[in-house]
Amino acid sequence: MTERFSLYQLKMLGLKRIGLFFAVLIVFLTALAGSAPAQAQSLSTGVSIHTEDKTVSQLIVGGTVKNDGKGVAGIKLHVTGPNFDEIAVTDENGKWQLVVPTKAKYKVAIDLTSLPKGVDLRDPNVTEREADVTVTDTAAVLFPLGKSTRVIQSFGDQLTIRLFAGLNLGLLLAVAAIGISLIFGTTGLNNFAHGELVSFGALFGWLTAVVFNLPLILAGVITILASAAFGYFQDALLWKPLRNRRVGLNQMMIVSIGLAIVVRYLLLIFFGGETKVLSGSFESVKIGPIDTTVTSIAAMGLAVVTLASVALFLTRTRIGKATRAVSDNSALAAASGIDVERIIRIVWVVAGGLTGLSGLLYGLQFQASWLTGSQILLLLFAAVTLGGLGTALGATVGALIIGFVVELSSLVLPVDLKYAAALVILILVLLVRPQGVLGKKQRIG
Amino acid sequence: MDLMLTLQLAIGELFSPLTAAYILCAIGLSVHFGFTGLLNFGQAAFAAVGAYGMAIGVLTLKLPLLGAMGFALLCVVAFALFLGIPTLRLRADYLAIVTIAAAEVFRYLMSTSGFAEVTGGSNGLSQFGYEFYTWNPVPKAEYNLGLFTWTEEQVWLRLVAFSAVAVSAILVSLMMKSPWGRVLKGIREDEDAVRSLGKNVFFYKLQSLIIGGLFAGLGGIVFVISMSNVQPSTWVTTFTFMIWTVLLLGGAATILGPIAGGMLFFVLLTLTNELLAGLVAIGWLPFLDQPQVAQIRFILIGLALMLLVIFRPQGIFGNKKELRFNG
Amino acid sequence: MANDIAVGKGEPGCKKIDPILVADNVTRQFGGLTAVNVEHLEIPRGKITALIGPNGAGKTTLFNLLTGFDKPNTGAWSFEGKNLAGVSSYKVARRGMIRTFQLTKSLSAMTVIENMRLGAQKQRGENFFSSLFRFLWKGEEALITQTADDLLKRFKLNEKREDYAGSLSGGQRKLLEMARALMGKPTLIMLDEPMAGVNPALTQSLLEHIKGLKANGTTVLFVEHNMHMVRHISDWVIVMAEGRVVAEGEPSVVMKDQAVIDAYLGAHHDTDLGTMKKGK
Ligand SMILES: Nc1ncnc2c1ncn2[C@@H]1O[C@H](COP(=O)(O)OP(=O)(O)OP(=O)(O)O)[C@@H](O)[C@H]1O
Ligand SMILES: [Mg+2]
Repeated sequence: MTERFSLYQLKMLGLKRIGLFFAVLIVFLTALAGSAPAQAQSLSTGVSIHTEDKTVSQLIVGGTVKNDGKGVAGIKLHVTGPNFDEIAVTDENGKWQLVVPTKAKYKVAIDLTSLPKGVDLRDPNVTEREADVTVTDTAAVLFPLGKSTRVIQSFGDQLTIRLFAGLNLGLLLAVAAIGISLIFGTTGLNNFAHGELVSFGALFGWLTAVVFNLPLILAGVITILASAAFGYFQDALLWKPLRNRRVGLNQMMIVSIGLAIVVRYLLLIFFGGETKVLSGSFESVKIGPIDTTVTSIAAMGLAVVTLASVALFLTRTRIGKATRAVSDNSALAAASGIDVERIIRIVWVVAGGLTGLSGLLYGLQFQASWLTGSQILLLLFAAVTLGGLGTALGATVGALIIGFVVELSSLVLPVDLKYAAALVILILVLLVRPQGVLGKKQRIG
Repeated sequence: MDLMLTLQLAIGELFSPLTAAYILCAIGLSVHFGFTGLLNFGQAAFAAVGAYGMAIGVLTLKLPLLGAMGFALLCVVAFALFLGIPTLRLRADYLAIVTIAAAEVFRYLMSTSGFAEVTGGSNGLSQFGYEFYTWNPVPKAEYNLGLFTWTEEQVWLRLVAFSAVAVSAILVSLMMKSPWGRVLKGIREDEDAVRSLGKNVFFYKLQSLIIGGLFAGLGGIVFVISMSNVQPSTWVTTFTFMIWTVLLLGGAATILGPIAGGMLFFVLLTLTNELLAGLVAIGWLPFLDQPQVAQIRFILIGLALMLLVIFRPQGIFGNKKELRFNG
Repeated sequence: MANDIAVGKGEPGCKKIDPILVADNVTRQFGGLTAVNVEHLEIPRGKITALIGPNGAGKTTLFNLLTGFDKPNTGAWSFEGKNLAGVSSYKVARRGMIRTFQLTKSLSAMTVIENMRLGAQKQRGENFFSSLFRFLWKGEEALITQTADDLLKRFKLNEKREDYAGSLSGGQRKLLEMARALMGKPTLIMLDEPMAGVNPALTQSLLEHIKGLKANGTTVLFVEHNMHMVRHISDWVIVMAEGRVVAEGEPSVVMKDQAVIDAYLGAHHDTDLGTMKKGK
């Protein structure tokens, strides 16, 4: 039981206070016992890691700087943090790493002057990224490079680029938002654990595609099936029993928050905290001013196909129609012979699969981590709310609008406020439509 | 694993100023949710407004610390008005989503580099609390209390933090035993009924939001004084849900619930953490390593929240008849 | 037969000699359905007026509109000569027009006596700042409690004083809600099916109580399906069907009115309305 402990405290939240508190306590307790600090040391378990001695610290910040899939050598990265200020240089594979002393968040700034000619950051707005080793021992920071686009960025071009990015994000959100919307429609639950389904999909995709090295299509199919199974078991083991107990909707909403926290940290434990890169192919494609990748275009295409199939499913199939009937009025649906519980189960399975897919697509284009889903959860709520009808179509439209808002906002707002812009939209929408998504005013008296 | 040491750590949690900070936030939430039925999922923001208000008051406005605290509480009132006036007419679950969204927006605003000159951006602010220790009436010494030895500064910090808790609990108790508190409870049960009796429900909800927010703001102030810095990453949604867990553990519609819940929560958390860490150390849990022990704590928090809400929504000390979730 | 309530003959929308509530052109639509469409309506002061009509006639909706719990598509109304349209529901109650709900709204997690105390208006202790100082509102609270206990006794709820309202039976909740509304000392009390689910023995004493209210000068407007009761205590009857006022008059006259019988029974109307029981 030593300072070692303070290493493992999570900086997020006040929990790090336990670490601080340990440190404080240990100092005093050892003084109290009149024993040397070595005493405390002997309580240490296994690996001894000294906070101050960074040569044996296992905390690593590193990454790879790639251009067109190939590592770029000689790029300088300036890493700063608490009592830390060093410069790393990439090796011939584009890799770099630094051992850092304490669990903290470090800033990694790329030295633009060290970039080769004609090459620029793929996201030129972000020259500085964060490396967070508060939770995990290693943090990867990636600065993907691409052809320099800096010169041609007129406002019109910027707008086109942002619109494209917005469409891309919106489509991804839509695939996940439909899940939220279907679940809300049929059960009335605001599912705060939905983000974790996204993370699950992203990480499972990484596991199958990268770790097991399966072909992407196969990995995708397995991921969707696994996510659908996740949805199935969530409903079978948790939500259905709660519905049977007649647990209230607000209560269930808080249960979903608890579940979100549990799943999020389980994902962290199983997959680790590093950000994972899923895609091997950064083969770039240029359409006008838009610089994108094959992966992105394929992902968008897949999202469109998926959305269209969901629409067909809901409007053309019996089960789809039954789903809409349950959303509309579940008592009436039950009375007219629809097995509501069965529909809800199907909805959970479909929502799980769809959301897992969206996670996978998200991971392919951006990154995959245990926090991926919780970061976009509120955007999903915003989309569903904005869509207004609790229908697949509403959610899709809402998601596209949110996607555009997020991306276009960075034309006028600092990049780090782009999610805030979407949340402001969410708030405004709720204010204008206080009856909320499904908008049935309850009768009084 | 040293049992004695573990126990000492756990007991130390009872007197931690940060435990007091969480308790204050939970007291505020008990006013919001336990007594008025407002599903506030943005309590972290109220605490953050208090914390940032004070830090900015000292650093940017150059106020003396006490003035900065007053400024912070004014900011909390302003935030409550800003948030409450448009949203308190919403249905409970939409209020939840709006408050959580507003809390996130506030956090983004605090961490954006755009306002970094005032807010410190993602690094946050520090070095605003020195004056606090200049007020210390406790004579300089090491205080040996058997289990712990505290410096006069630690004693002072704890005295102030827990006095704030005690005063808050007494105030809430007075409010809730009065006709004012009765109106709040009525609103929790059925706001239309209360309207039909001639009470301005909206105004009472707003008052509840402000009062509960003030306790949380105070909690934020205690939090950052004892941390001696304020960082945007503290006030994430998980902070809010830890407060919910604390509150639901003790009992949402009770006066002592937040206090008992807060103490129990952190003692249990420390004990399980130590236990797991010990087991990992002696190799009984080969599938885990030490960092993961810290992560398991969150799993426990999440589980606790789920189980409490399902099986004992009134909390350990609550009366089942006194609190049920509406809807 | 002449009457002392209406100006002239009782007919839908007729003028009253001394109206307390006057409504004009009040309509409310839910989607395609017109739930309320009242051209003109006056409620006589100091009388007991029954509002009857088949299920879905729009009685509750009209209550909701008049008391500010719902917004009409069109219409205006005034209470004691002052406009009341667009006034929020709590202000309506403060003006002295207090209603109860068809689906009772007892405050389950509060005791019966606390429910009652909440009904009292203009309490000093309901102000946040004075709430912290008990001596400021102690006396007032004692008076309120006294009134509440008296009412509870009259409504045979005194035994349940300390029980949670959630533990009361359906009929007891109706009683509690009515007693609670009376705590606010209304000038016009609007009761939505006050007798539904209340046992016959108690019904009788409640009827007496309602008559007692009238004797104290309180105006009563109530919705009821039990025609015996309507006939027994009301001075005036207003009949609604499909959102409209279809008949008005003294109970004995209205009950024989062809329009009323049609409204209730459609084509088959051999039954005397007096034997009709509540429809649902
Ligand atoms: N919130 C609402 N949304 C949609 N329709 C409504 C709503 N409230 C009432 N209605 C409809 O308006 C009509 C009138 O309803 P209302 O409750 O006023 O009838 P009522 O006369 O009180 O009937 P009862 O005697 O059964 O209580 C009904 O057809 C009802 O379905
Ligand atoms: Mg009715």
